[in-house]
Amino acid sequence: MGNVATSQVWEWLDQVPDPEIPVISLVDLGIIRDVGWQEETLVVTVTPTYSGCPATSIINMDIEAALRGHGIEKLELKRQLSPAWTTDWLSEKGAQKLEVYGIAPPQAAGGPSRCPHCGDNDLEKISQFGSTPCKAHWRCKSCLEPFDYFKCI
Amino acid sequence: MELNDALERFLLRMGDNTLILGHRVSEWCGHAPVLEEDIALANTALDMIGQTQLWLGLACEVQDKGKSADDLAFLRDAWDFRNLLLCELPNGDFGRTMMRQFLFDAWQSVYLPRLSKSSNERVAAIAEKANKEATYHVERSGETVVGLGDGTEESHKRMQQALDYLWPYVGEIFDTDQADDVLAEAGVAVHPSTLKDEYFELINRVLVDATLTVPEDTFAHHGGRTGARHTEHLGHLLTQMQWLQRVYPGASW
Repeated sequence: MGNVATSQVWEWLDQVPDPEIPVISLVDLGIIRDVGWQEETLVVTVTPTYSGCPATSIINMDIEAALRGHGIEKLELKRQLSPAWTTDWLSEKGAQKLEVYGIAPPQAAGGPSRCPHCGDNDLEKISQFGSTPCKAHWRCKSCLEPFDYFKCI
Repeated sequence: MELNDALERFLLRMGDNTLILGHRVSEWCGHAPVLEEDIALANTALDMIGQTQLWLGLACEVQDKGKSADDLAFLRDAWDFRNLLLCELPNGDFGRTMMRQFLFDAWQSVYLPRLSKSSNERVAAIAEKANKEATYHVERSGETVVGLGDGTEESHKRMQQALDYLWPYVGEIFDTDQADDVLAEAGVAVHPSTLKDEYFELINRVLVDATLTVPEDTFAHHGGRTGARHTEHLGHLLTQMQWLQRVYPGASW
C-alpha cells in the first residue's frame, strides 16, 4: 500500500477536537502547519498556541492516537515555533463554532464584537486572562452574562 | 570567549529569568486578592514557564551534555542560576508583585523584538514566540500599575513603596560582560546597554501616568546574571521549587 494522500490526513486531523475547546478541531485552530511524507514516514508539523499551554502535550497525544487509529505506522511530530501562531490562522468555520459554543471569536480590534449569548454589543472586559491561556474574560452589560473571549494575538 | 559558551550563558540567563519569576508569580495561585487576578497571575506564570522550557531546552542542546530543561531547573543550586536579582525578590503585596512584573515585562517587550531578528534562527524563533506573550503581559502589568498608582491613597502609597523597593534592582538589567560583547558582535543578541533609552522612556511614561515618583538614586545591586551574589531569597525559593526532585530523585509525572 502506498502513502495515504495528505489531503486525507488533513481531513482526519480536522476530526481531532481541541482538548480544551472540543467544538473546534486542531485544523480549525490553525496549529497544524504542515503534513507531508518523508519516504515512509508521515511528518506532521505542529505549532504551539502559547508556549506554556498545558494542552500542547495532550494535542500531540491526540494527533498520534488519531493517525495510528487510521493505520499510520510511521509518524513523526515536529514542533515549529516560527512563524509564531496567530489567531489569524483560526478558520472561519472555527470562529463560527466558537461563537455558537459561547466563546466570542478573536477580532482584530482587540475585543469581542458582540455577546455570544444575546448578541448585544454593550460589553466590558473583566480580566485580560480567562480559563485557559488563549482566552480573556468579558461580560455583557445587557444580558449580564459573563463569557470567554478568544484573545487576539 | 567562544561564541558557543557565550550563547549558553545567554540562554541560561533568559531561561532562568522566566523560570524564577514564573515560579514567584505562581506562588500567588490560590492567594490573589480576587479570582480574576488569581487566574491572570497563574496564566502569566504559565507563559513564563513555557518560555523557560524553550530557552533552557535550547541551552541544553548548546551544552550537549545530555541534560534536559528539567535537569537545569530542578538540579542546580543557587550559585548556578543566572537570573536577574529582580526576578527572585519576594512577592510582597499584590502591588509589589505587579510593579516587579511591569519592570520585567517592559524590559522583555523592548528586548524580545530585537532578539527575534537574531542571526541565530533558534533564538529568533523563541523570541518571536515569547514576544507575543510579553506584549500581552506588559499591557496588563502597565495598566495595573497605573490603576493602583493613580488609585486610592492607600494603593498609591503601596505602589510608591514597591517602586522604591524594586528600583535598585533595575540597573542590573543593563549590566554587560564579555558574553554580551561576543553575542552582539555575532548578531545573536543586541547589547543590553542599547536598550536603555527605550526602556526608561517606556517605564517613565507609565510611572508618570501612575502618578508615581521615579527615584533619583541610581545605585544598583548586581550579582544575579553573573551568579556571583544572589539575594538570600533565591535559596528559599529553590527549597520550594526543587523539593520534590530532591526528595524523590527522578520522579516524573
